[in-house]
Amino acid sequence: MTARRGAGPSGTPLHPDTAAGPLATHAGPYFGDFGGRFVPEALIAALDELDTEYHKALTDPAFGRELARLHRTYTGRPSPLTEVPRFARHVGDGVRVFLKREDLNHTGSHKINNVLGQALLVKRMGKTRVIAETGAGQHGVATATAAALLDLECVVYMGEEDTQRQALNVARMQLLGAEVVPVTIGSRTLKDAINEALRDWVANVETTHYLLGTVTGPHPFPEMVRDFHKIIGEEARAQLLEEIGRLPDAVAACVGGGSNAMGIFNAFLDDADVRLFGFEAGGAGISSGRHAARFSGGQPGVLHGAKSYLLQDEDGQTLPSHSVSAGLDYPSVGPEHAWLHDIGRAQYRPVTDDEAMEAFRLLCRTEGIIPAIESAHALAGALQLGREAASWRGDDGHDPVLLVNLSGRGDKDVATAAAWFGLIEDEPVVLADENEQL
Amino acid sequence: MSTVDVRSATGERLDALRAGEGGASGRAALVGYLPVGFPTLPGSVDAVRAMVDAGVDVVELGVPYTDPVMDGPVIQRAVDVALGGGTRVRDTLAAVEQVAGRGAPVLVMSYWNLVLRYGVEAYARDLAAAGGAGLITPDLIPDEADDWVAASDAHGLDRVFLVAPSSTPERLASTSAASRGFVYAASTMGVTGERATVGSRAEQLVADTRAAGAQRVCVGLGVSRREQAAEVARYADGVIVGSAFVRPLLDAYESGDATGGIDALARVTADLADGVRSAVRGER
Repeated sequence: MTARRGAGPSGTPLHPDTAAGPLATHAGPYFGDFGGRFVPEALIAALDELDTEYHKALTDPAFGRELARLHRTYTGRPSPLTEVPRFARHVGDGVRVFLKREDLNHTGSHKINNVLGQALLVKRMGKTRVIAETGAGQHGVATATAAALLDLECVVYMGEEDTQRQALNVARMQLLGAEVVPVTIGSRTLKDAINEALRDWVANVETTHYLLGTVTGPHPFPEMVRDFHKIIGEEARAQLLEEIGRLPDAVAACVGGGSNAMGIFNAFLDDADVRLFGFEAGGAGISSGRHAARFSGGQPGVLHGAKSYLLQDEDGQTLPSHSVSAGLDYPSVGPEHAWLHDIGRAQYRPVTDDEAMEAFRLLCRTEGIIPAIESAHALAGALQLGREAASWRGDDGHDPVLLVNLSGRGDKDVATAAAWFGLIEDEPVVLADENEQL
Repeated sequence: MSTVDVRSATGERLDALRAGEGGASGRAALVGYLPVGFPTLPGSVDAVRAMVDAGVDVVELGVPYTDPVMDGPVIQRAVDVALGGGTRVRDTLAAVEQVAGRGAPVLVMSYWNLVLRYGVEAYARDLAAAGGAGLITPDLIPDEADDWVAASDAHGLDRVFLVAPSSTPERLASTSAASRGFVYAASTMGVTGERATVGSRAEQLVADTRAAGAQRVCVGLGVSRREQAAEVARYADGVIVGSAFVRPLLDAYESGDATGGIDALARVTADLADGVRSAVRGER
């Protein structure tokens, strides 16, 4: 298959800015109008150091070898590609669905890819302490893991509401030797955890690296975190070519900050015939106002160092987001996604809590795989796409092929799911929601 | 950066104080921060007026924001109350109007998204019309500030950018060149809040920032006591105090005392103003 650079899936021209070079290697600090470094001056020296060290590491074969060795012997890469025919029957007639199994990585999600990369950089920079934010706990667990492996002090900031929703992951981080700090100010979720991590970083930047967990934040984080995750798409692309001899018709991923989505999209960005779909948390529905759908319900704005789409009120105050999934419960999104949205290279759609939980149950029952609730949003997205997949057959009449990133496993979500489906009496999610405030 | 010749309201005030006015000896300015809308909108206006009457030379009015990453717990709590009370960005412009014209230039401190959402040019226009002197931007570096530089030139507003102990000489130079009014030197690596000691790197940072081209440098973060104010006033053009002024208002609010906070605020202000006046100025 030949990529038609500069054209969208339907052959329509892309944004003129993109004619300059491949999308996959686009560098920060700006992605179109998005990105940048909207942070206190105190952090600029550390961001410059990180940018310099990262680009030095990229050209250092020893760094690449060490990261590859860790991925092979510790992460468990390459992660498998699994065809899921019993699930696919619910997607659409004749549609083939393949899951990229990031859930099978060590620590249970894609997060380890970025964490190991950054942790190796921390050692190169001679810093001894890492801090991180976490929503669902997946990034916090991955960071605590890498800190244990590489002998780094580790502090994880987590919104108090999330520590309740994800109590098991809090214990996991503590077992790994990390200190977990519940954040009790503001909405007590991921965005407030990031505020606290930024305050810690400003005060301790000489010894401390902020191991940011997604493709948001100031430059170089969006570019660097994407690069550490692009192995997801590169593996999946090669695996599919080997398995079926062609590229997928579409790729689907859930989008909170957007790291797993950028990771799997990246390898296909310049294959104009591959449709890219990001699924955001639609929560209780867009019209309810209780969601985390930045592209449906937000506008461009600045939060946590980057300009991107943002849930905000008329004044620019950040609005609280809502999702059954803690990992998607964030009011902004990575700036590269904002750019891909605006140039039409990727489409972003909301999936409600109800739809995600139905897809969660469906994958459990049809394939024997318990997905993370975050990843269940991508599965629900696949079910939505089933209605259009028939039109992807093309001239050769091939069966439509859909690649879904299964970014994490659902062990951490069993209590939430059990309450949702009425398997136990406790309903932690509903209780937590009633305490929600600005 | 800007080559436009714009008068600086804040700069002229700092220069007059430094030269000594009305027979007084030259001294540094006391810059006082309070957030708009805490404990209420009229309550915050009364507090700012009391602060000016008790000896603050330059006012820094904070716009409440949901995600104040440069602020410590005292200001976070006050701002939470202000937001909970429904404080809007346009209320802060009305507050500027109500506290301006009392001899103290009024700067607004705002996180950038609030200005961006209002519209950078529109905000500059309305701030100037309200009698404001300019903006302090804690999360906007000059590299990202083209729109603000143009709008502040067009409307004759000061633009106060920050430098930190971690700033390189190159960044001290570019930030000084982009600033008008003064450069805000963060005394320490950290967020706002009262501290037992002012960072030892502050004096060096002020000297380095001047050497990099800054006309005036004020020092903030951690100054809360008279001796600290006197110490900083020895070498800086201004002493910026925030949390120590919010503290008496917060204590009163949290103990249910609606009016006691203002008297306590006036006492703290007078004490710090004395500290600034008692400083023995170093050679410039």
